[in-house]
Amino acid sequence: MAKSQSASLDRKKLLGDPIMVTTIVLLIVFLTVFILYPLAILLVDSFIGDHGLTLDTFKRVMDLSNFRKAITNTLKVGFVVGIASALIGLLFAYVEEYVKLRTKFMGGLFKVVSMLPVVSPPFVLSLSMIMLFGKAGIITRFLLKIYDNSVYGFWGITIVQTLTFFPVCYMMMKGLLKNIDPSLEEAARDMGASRFKVFMTVTFPLILPGLGNAFLVTFIESIADFANPMIIGGSYDTLATTIYLQITGAYDKQGAAAMAVVLLVITLLMFVVQKYYLERKSTATLSGKASRERMLITDKSVTLPLTIMCSALALFVIMMYICVPFGAMFKTWGYDFHLTFKWIKLVFTKYKGLKAFKDSFVLSLIAAPITALLSMIISYLVVKRKFKGKGFIEAVSMLAMAVPGTVLGIGYIRGFSGGLFGSGILQGLYGTGVILVIVFVVRSLPTGTRSGISALRQIDKSIEESAYDMGADSFKVFMTVTLPLIKDSFLSGFVTSFVRSITAISAIILLVTPSYLLITVQINEFAEKGSYGIACAFATILIIITYGSVLLMNFIIKHFGTSRRIKVKE
Amino acid sequence: MAKEKKGVRLEHISKIYKDPKTGKNFYAVKDANLEIEPGSFVTLLGPSGCGKTTTLRMIAGFESPDEGEIYLGDEPINALTPNKRDTAMVFQSYALLPHYNIFDNVAYGLKLRKMDKNVIKKKVTDILDLVGLQGMENRMTNQLSGGQQQRVALARALVIEPGVLLFDEPLSNLDAKLRVSMRTEIRRIQQEAGITAIYVTHDQSEAMAISDKVIIMNKGLVEQISTPQEAYYYPNNQFVADFIGEANFLKATVDAQDMVNINGSKVKCATGSLAVGGDCNVVLRPEGASLSDTGMLKVKVVYSCFMGPYQDYHVAVGDTLVKIQDYNPKNSKIYKVGDEAYLNFADNTLYAL
Ligand SMILES: Nc1ncnc2c1ncn2[C@@H]1O[C@H](COP(=O)(O)OP(=O)(O)OP(=O)(O)O)[C@@H](O)[C@H]1O
Ligand SMILES: [Mg+2]
Repeated sequence: MAKSQSASLDRKKLLGDPIMVTTIVLLIVFLTVFILYPLAILLVDSFIGDHGLTLDTFKRVMDLSNFRKAITNTLKVGFVVGIASALIGLLFAYVEEYVKLRTKFMGGLFKVVSMLPVVSPPFVLSLSMIMLFGKAGIITRFLLKIYDNSVYGFWGITIVQTLTFFPVCYMMMKGLLKNIDPSLEEAARDMGASRFKVFMTVTFPLILPGLGNAFLVTFIESIADFANPMIIGGSYDTLATTIYLQITGAYDKQGAAAMAVVLLVITLLMFVVQKYYLERKSTATLSGKASRERMLITDKSVTLPLTIMCSALALFVIMMYICVPFGAMFKTWGYDFHLTFKWIKLVFTKYKGLKAFKDSFVLSLIAAPITALLSMIISYLVVKRKFKGKGFIEAVSMLAMAVPGTVLGIGYIRGFSGGLFGSGILQGLYGTGVILVIVFVVRSLPTGTRSGISALRQIDKSIEESAYDMGADSFKVFMTVTLPLIKDSFLSGFVTSFVRSITAISAIILLVTPSYLLITVQINEFAEKGSYGIACAFATILIIITYGSVLLMNFIIKHFGTSRRIKVKE
Repeated sequence: MAKEKKGVRLEHISKIYKDPKTGKNFYAVKDANLEIEPGSFVTLLGPSGCGKTTTLRMIAGFESPDEGEIYLGDEPINALTPNKRDTAMVFQSYALLPHYNIFDNVAYGLKLRKMDKNVIKKKVTDILDLVGLQGMENRMTNQLSGGQQQRVALARALVIEPGVLLFDEPLSNLDAKLRVSMRTEIRRIQQEAGITAIYVTHDQSEAMAISDKVIIMNKGLVEQISTPQEAYYYPNNQFVADFIGEANFLKATVDAQDMVNINGSKVKCATGSLAVGGDCNVVLRPEGASLSDTGMLKVKVVYSCFMGPYQDYHVAVGDTLVKIQDYNPKNSKIYKVGDEAYLNFADNTLYAL
């Protein structure tokens, strides 16, 4: 029984559709050149020396004590942050799903927390951590009268990363808890188990794989994080910062490449476990949709402490964000609390704030529609079409999710500074805005694709087939049916990618040339120098932009989105 | 809608799928040979999973056959994509474009053909009249009832004047009453437009009501192609007999041409080409026999129930249980459980396999 005829017919049908073929080919070329190739070149760099295959470069970097230290540091931070974020996320999710929230205020708090990861620029929490708890920190110095508190190092990074990443865990856990059939727990309650007992014997085992999933996702984010360790790490170096210093300080490109390979291998391993083992397992144990409403916990002795804990934490995080604009408006943080526009003025006069604003804004605005469209096309191909190479497209665009920005940055340096394979082809890209835009696109592609895929899975495939059947070619089907139906997903992909781009730093900082001033790079620079007023002023601008765009997106989706008008049939 | 009618021909068509559980290949459709006459209404009928949808989707072009060739008219169409085939499909889920109103849904295919605006408007209005949806042009699809959506789907397929109309269980989402009136409607419109139609259903009464021919499938194999009457009275095998209407099977031996021996009694029965002396199964439809005090075959009543139009009996013939529906019970004797009686067969109702 051979399936050869249908395969060859499918191929013929595909070839009869030139736009499709061109799209697929271009996509494969893009993914190969801008994701696979830079990673491959890192391997080449670190394994091939003057005399062919060698492990010398690895031996050399492994002999560096600061590198070995960085590995243990990174893993330690990742581990603690992963556990803390997963547990705090679980707490929030549990309170939202199981505890009766009386007030609107609480509901609002939870909503803000869930929105934070979307709008938050990377180092805002680090900045405010320093301003609240550092040497000149308001809380440490003025409230507690501690004059030499150091926030730099392990605890600084850990706390800041935990506060940055736990909202993601919260959203993941919420999805899981929602799907637990309440009757499972009620059955145990009926048999006389206490709430705590039910949680430990029924709920917890059910969500354990999901918790592990949340842990690993955070772990990966943590070890890939560059911005926070950079600002609040002090002398506590992680892999991402060590690699950065190896190339910007020691000018050791080969060594940096080898280090990047180490970081990449760690994240890839974690990613594979997460994606192919835990993610599947975490949804498999649940029975799908909850059959009916869950009886919420009203017992004060349980609800009160839980709610207080969550609110305190949420308020704390929000306070940290608010701290940044104030940092931009106090004369001298920690010493002189007179309000001033000095910093903001300085940003625009002396430090070319307008140009930074414009460069960041324009580049991100160029990248956003490209990313959104590209991720919708990829999702369409992955969900709705059958062709050879589909597995490749799906795998590579998901792979990009596991590649830390720093690794990608080094890969681009090694891969494009001399053109493709040092041949000079595409060398013109290097150092231009184009390569920055490409990096933005590559960095946001996985998130956009994921949301596109889940949106498209909701749409009955016969809707597109019917258009196809009436005579529309693939391009027409995509433009007139698919895209309008996932307009919301497209829009949110657009905004998410815009926000991610304008707040990106890890890869960009390695590739940006003096002709482009990017806000994030400026923040990093001034925070490094200790000019927190300026850093805060830049960060405030960034927060306003990102928050504004998200508000705008929500407004547009609410009033012009598809989901309001159309209920897509199952 | 004067257009050349096209027939469809399937030559040795097979489709192989991989079972996702076991990873083994299997035939979803095996060696199907069909000849569908231009302008006729043909139904693919069979139990769930027998390959009806697969067959239809191969004709539409959504799936490619692994063996064989499909012809539309005289043109082989295996390598054509769905948009290049002169077919139009009416989907089970209607598959209306939810972001368009009714007018735009129906006009979609015409716009793709780059027709003049006024022509499009006229055609859409005409076709909406035909399916009884005049004046609803501006509604969104979710402002229509299921039956109305079904009509839009039909109008949308008809308006592009396809050579062949394909239906995949178009009525299964509707309630029983609407199903009956819609199927008459579909049949009427198909005849008016004179389009070849291939219709998939697993409802045998629907199939019999509207088809010129039925194609009965089972486990990927075509079991019979014939008129509904033939399939009912002269089924090719037990599966067809059982699937089309209700059937009892009585073990018998062929005594002579058109004469069988059931449980020791000689009964007149069409034997076709069966060899004299061999074993056979006699197909008996429940309405094909009645009970009385004298007659051909002695039976024992094990179940008796008044159903209104008929008296429902289960009777034992030897150790075989037979279902009998005795119509107009008011005119005949009612037997109770435990009674002994004789079966009398109406003329031309038995058929031996
Ligand atoms: N894409 C696929 N991959 C693997 N197996 C498939 C696929 N599509 C259909 N099948 C299998 O092929 C067989 C025939 O399916 P088909 O959809 O044609 O059945 P059907 O006759 O239309 O049934 P129903 O009346 O339930 O719609 C089934 O066993 C089905 O599970
Ligand atoms: Mg089917």
